Parts: sequence; C-alpha cells; structure tokens
Amino acid sequence: MISTAQRLVNLEDLHHAMRQGRDLLYPSQPKIMVGTATCGLAAGAEEVLHAVREEVANSQLPYQVTETGCIGWCSQEPLLDICIPGRPRVTYGRMKPGRAREIVRAIPEVKREWALAMMPGDENTLNGAHVNYCVPHNGHMDGLTAYKDLPLFKRQLRIVLRNCGIINPDSLEEYIARGGYHALWHALRKHTPEEILNEVKRSGLRGRGGAGFPTGMKWQAVRDAQGEPKYVICNADEGDPGAYMDRGVLEGDPHSVLEGMTIGGYAMGAHQGVIYVREEYPLAVMRMKQAIRQAEDAGLLGQSIFDSGFSFEIRVVKGAGAFVCGEETALIRSIEGKVGEPQQRPPYPAQHGLWGKPTCINNVESWANIAVIVQRGGDWFSQIGTAKSKGTKVFSLVGNIENTALIEVPMGTTLAEIVYEIGGGIPNARACKAVQTGGPSGGCIPADKFDLPVDYDSLNQAGSIMGSGGMIVMDDHTCMVDIARYFLEFLEDESCGKCFTCRVGTQRLKEIVTRISQGEGEEEDLDLLQDLGWLVREGSLCGLGQTAPNPVLSTLRYFRGEYMAHIRDRRCPAHRCRELITFEIDPVLCNGCGACVQICSGKAILGEKKKPHIITQAQCTKCGACLEMCKFDAVLVH
Amino acid sequence: MPEMEAVKPLLAQFEDERANLIPILQEIQATFSYLPEEALRRVARKLHVPVTDVYQVATFYRCFSLKPRGRHLVQVCLGTACHVRGGDLVLERTQTETGAGLSGTSPDLEFTVEPVRCLGCCGLAPVMRVDRDTFAHLDQAKVRGIVNRYRPRKKPATVDTIAASAEKVRS
Repeated sequence: MISTAQRLVNLEDLHHAMRQGRDLLYPSQPKIMVGTATCGLAAGAEEVLHAVREEVANSQLPYQVTETGCIGWCSQEPLLDICIPGRPRVTYGRMKPGRAREIVRAIPEVKREWALAMMPGDENTLNGAHVNYCVPHNGHMDGLTAYKDLPLFKRQLRIVLRNCGIINPDSLEEYIARGGYHALWHALRKHTPEEILNEVKRSGLRGRGGAGFPTGMKWQAVRDAQGEPKYVICNADEGDPGAYMDRGVLEGDPHSVLEGMTIGGYAMGAHQGVIYVREEYPLAVMRMKQAIRQAEDAGLLGQSIFDSGFSFEIRVVKGAGAFVCGEETALIRSIEGKVGEPQQRPPYPAQHGLWGKPTCINNVESWANIAVIVQRGGDWFSQIGTAKSKGTKVFSLVGNIENTALIEVPMGTTLAEIVYEIGGGIPNARACKAVQTGGPSGGCIPADKFDLPVDYDSLNQAGSIMGSGGMIVMDDHTCMVDIARYFLEFLEDESCGKCFTCRVGTQRLKEIVTRISQGEGEEEDLDLLQDLGWLVREGSLCGLGQTAPNPVLSTLRYFRGEYMAHIRDRRCPAHRCRELITFEIDPVLCNGCGACVQICSGKAILGEKKKPHIITQAQCTKCGACLEMCKFDAVLVH
Repeated sequence: MPEMEAVKPLLAQFEDERANLIPILQEIQATFSYLPEEALRRVARKLHVPVTDVYQVATFYRCFSLKPRGRHLVQVCLGTACHVRGGDLVLERTQTETGAGLSGTSPDLEFTVEPVRCLGCCGLAPVMRVDRDTFAHLDQAKVRGIVNRYRPRKKPATVDTIAASAEKVRS
C-alpha cells in the first residue's frame, strides 16, 4: 500500500511507482500470499492468513505476507502461495492453519506436500510482458505441474482476469507494476478522444453484461449526444444467480475498472463516473472505495489527470437488493433514489440517462477490457475470438462440476472443452445433462449440443443467451422441470410489477410448472406454457420480462420427455420433485446406526439401534437429509 | 421515542438530496435492523418528498425491512449453483433449527432467516451467510452446529438453576 501519498504526474512518476510495485510483487525476501476474496474467506482464508502472520511474527524472519484476489481455482479454496526469490511460485490448496504454519516453517525449502501447482513466471496480457520468477535451471520442480499445463488453465487467456490472484488488490503500486495506468497515460497524453473511441470500435468489443451491444457504438452515441454533463456508469449489480465474474474483478483488481472508466470518460467527454455495486458484495464495495481513494491520492482521479487538463471523478453507489436494477434504465432510477422500475427505450440512456443526461453504462467486465484494448490496440484484440464475438469471456463454471472455477477463455471455445477439459467433467461418475447459461434470462443447453462454440450468436440460436457469464453444470440428478420452476419463482419474485404481462405472466407460468412438478399437470399445459411464454416475451418492457420465458421454453424444447414423465407417469426421473418421490430404507443395507434418526426433520424414522430402521411415510417431509447422512447407501429414493 | 435520538445525527450526515434516499435508508436499516415508521417520516421531511415516496422505496428493495429483524441475519443462498446442490433444503433446515419458520424471524428475535438470490460464492455451494460470516459446502447436518454458534450463551446462573443442577448431581 502507498505509505505516503505521491501524485503521479508524468511518465517518470509512473515508472517510479512501477519500480516500487515490483519490489512488492517480486520481493527479495520470500513472500507468502493468501487468497482473500469472498469465496476464499468463506472457505477459511482468514484463519489461514492469521496463522501465517503469527508464524512469520514468531520466526522474526523478514518474510512478506500479503493478500491477493481470486485466481479462480474455487474448488481448492482457501489458496496459499509462496514465492521464494529465484524459484517458481508454488500454490497450495484447501489450506488449514496448521498446514500453512508448516509450509511457512519449511521456508526457504519448498514443501512439496499439499502443493497443487507451480508458476515459473507470469504472462501479462496487458503489455505482452513475461516475468520469470526463477533462474533458468531452477525453472521446473519435479512432480509439480506448471499452471499453463493444467487442464484448468491451459486453454485460458486472461485479459480481464490478468491481475486476479497475482497482485494485492489493495496495492496501487502492484497494479502499476503490471502495467496499470499506462494505458490511461497514453490515452490522455498521446491520443485524442476520437482515436481512443476508434480503437474501441476496431476491437469489436461487445457489452459483457449479456446483451452484447457493440461498446464502440454505444460510446459514439454518448459522445455525439447533446447535453452536459455526461455520465459514465459501471454496472456492478451482478444479479444473475450462479454468476460471480464481476465480484472476482472488483475484489481482485479494482483499479482495472477505474482505469477503464476513466479512459471511457475521456473518449466520451464525461467527467463523472458511478459504480453501482450490489449490496450483497460488501467486500467489493470496500475494495472499490479504497481503490478510488488511492487513485485520488495519486492524482489518477480528480483534476487534470497526468497534467492533461482532463478531470474525472468516480463514486460508489451501493444497491439495495433488487435484481431488476441490473437493467440499465432501472439502475439509473435507483441511483436517482427512486424505485428501480425500467423505463421505455428509446430514449436510450446514451441520450437521456442519469438525471436526464447522456450516460454510458457498461458492466464490470467490459470496463476491465478497455485498458488492454488501448494498450495493445483494437487490432490485437479483434484477432481473439470468433467473427462476430471478439476477445475473451469470463465464466463462473459451477454446479455439478469437478473443477468449480472462474475461467476466462477466448470466444468460440466449445461447451465440451469448457465442461470436460477445463472443468474436468462431472463428479461422482455421473452423467452430464445440461449447462445453464445466461441466468434467469437464459436457457439450458443439453449435453448432446456441447460442440456449440460459446459466442453471442450461437448461444442465441440454441435458445439461450451468453448472459453475464454464469455457467451452471447440471448432472442427471437435476430435474429440468424443477429448474424451470426455480427460475420462474425467481422471476415472479423479482419482477418489478410494472408490466402486467411480466407481473402476472410469470406467476401463471410458475403455477403451471409447479402443477406439473407435483404430478398434477395435463398435456395441454405444455401448449399453454408456449402460448403464455410468447405473450410474456412480446408484452413486457424490459429484458427481465422479455426473456422470462426462456428457462421454461428451453427446457421444454430439449427435455420435453421429462415434462411428459411428470405429466403422464406422475414420475420425476431425476428424483427431485418432492411430491413424486418416496424415501425408503433398505433393510439389508441398513445397519441401524441411527444417524438418520438424528437428522430427520419429520421424526419419521423409527428403529432400534443396530437393527434396520423404517420410514413412516405419513410423517416423511422428503427433505432428503437421511439420504445425505447415510454412509451405507441404505436410503433409497423411488 | 428514545431511539429516534439516534436518527438525528444519522440524518445530519447527508445532504438534502433525493439521491440520498437509499443511502439514508440503508444507514437506518443498519442502525436499527429495520426502518421504524417515525424514521421514515423524518426522512421524508428532510428530503422534502412525500412519505409515500419513501414508503415506496422502502418496500421495493429487498434490503429494507419494516419489521424488526432478529439479532442475527441468516441469509441462505438460493442461487442456481446452490439450488442444484440442495440449497433449498438447507434453507428449510435453517428455518426449523432457528425457529424462524416461514415468518422469517424467530419468536425470541435472535434470528431472521431469509433466502438470498446469490452470494456469489457459487464455487462453494451451497452457502449461507450469518451476519458477516460465510459458511461453505453446507448440507443439512451442518446447519445445527452453525446456528448454535450464534445462539446466546446460557443465561447466567441464578439461585434456581444452581439448585436444579445440584439436584441433578445428587440424583
């Protein structure tokens, strides 16, 4: 962290900060890093960090202990890394305080036990630089795989996530040491706003919030719009369930968003920026606020940045818990202190946005791309990806998948590559059924369509959308009718109520699907779902309503048989819909340990110790806790 | 109303601008764990907006509550990743264990349990958050232990309880 506020005015200042940052990034003493993003903390990173700090303090050795953001290896959290000068960085997973202490005590030796992987150096997509951590003959460590050879990381290209898990998010110098704020310097001192805008246009970048509108065109519209002042907004209201890409960036590399927004402000002639962060992300709010203070102190925000005469300020607005506020017009209303109801478009925010002034809204991931586009050029960026979808996309790969992770891959990577190679397939030797993309606005893509390249247009054709990047993998234990019901419940609850078709339509859709999931559906219901789905789509004002039928229509398109099983046979093939299943105990497999009796929420399980138990059906709530508890697979579901 | 004393300095931190409505309500919610009616009236007066406007905002957003919440806020994640890994069952179990039931708040005002859309820790699903602490890889069996951590310590010993435990030892 910057000890004394130093204003960065010219390139020499930036280089000076860069050298300071390098000393922190690659110190001459061993460095221990603990990943402390929200997910790391949830997995116990704080205890690990505390143990490491204590151990270092006790040893009185000059080791550095720092925090870092999320490198995306979520299934191995909490993560700990040690960097010993001249040797590769080594990562340890699923750390416990005791093990962390042992690892620290072993320094300067690298403890091989529990080590997951090593990094002989790091690639920096921002400027194409490569930093070697180790002297050549020490580049490889026997038995440890390099990150770039791991299936999880091999196919990744990290533009947006370039610094996540590498730098300390609280350190401005470390951000600068990896080339940060150089793009801003170049933009302000070497280029006109038009040149920057053209570079963004040339890159082919499309909005990463989900809809995929060309960013350059949006910027042009704001630049050309009449009215002052103009505003720049970062949409960090990441509401899609199952998506946390933006949180990863906000918590792991906050300055990348600030730099992108400031460049955007310069290109569009705006001097004020707002970051709207959802309130469920307290750590992201804190890190962003801290980053803004640092940037202000260093003169990277405020009056006449880099003595260019261009001024820009950014403030954070915290959301209040409404999914619909991810929609741009609703988000603007929310910043204005009003109820977050979407507005008719046109006029678009580019003409009539915050306080009625021209406003550019892009999401976190879009903003984090900007510095790289300016630094390396639009042409470089547009070489990555497919014909119509340029660059990379960050996905949160979650659900029933071996490697739950935050990944960034070039557009056009196939679902099969993502699920089976990067994700390592489905755990417990189960079959993969589908992948859900695009959150409540998206759909489920069945496993037999996994050769689909992931880009905006292919996903649309398949009845889903790119969305913000949540990718939830579902195994054969997932019931598609239940998933449709789940999303409809979500949408019914989150519909702001303005449009009748959305407010009532989502209710009726949910009722019909719930009826089917309870075994009380009729075949005609499926036609009704189609008709009603069309009506909700056509009759609603904003994206929430227009896409609300997607989850039910896409599951109906690909999994009609499953709906029919619920309707005709009154059966849930995935054994998920409560009304259609019964639990039983196999008298042969049950050894009467009594674990299920303890956990049973309906007190429905009877039996003497060491004798087979039985479930009283009338009292069974079908919560499935007995199934979870039983170590002998004695609980059966029909 | 004595608690309204705390509202005055709280309101004084903000300028009289409509855009401050949500931040002010967030501060009040954080201080009182709900939005008292009188506080809403004062906010309306301060910002020169009708009380109905304040009420509309207070009831639109999920983070506000017009009823007192429990001492501990338990947010069980129902994001998609949590859902496919049994988050709904964890929620149900939490409602039972805390005594909050479907009403949301336990009768002893210790816990308010509410489903939350997504905490963004999908890699650790299913998850829940109690106040500021997040718990990962949950199943129904883990819920009781977590809830018990936040229960108030046993009541201080009184003459009666000491007598009762002495009785127990003797028998």
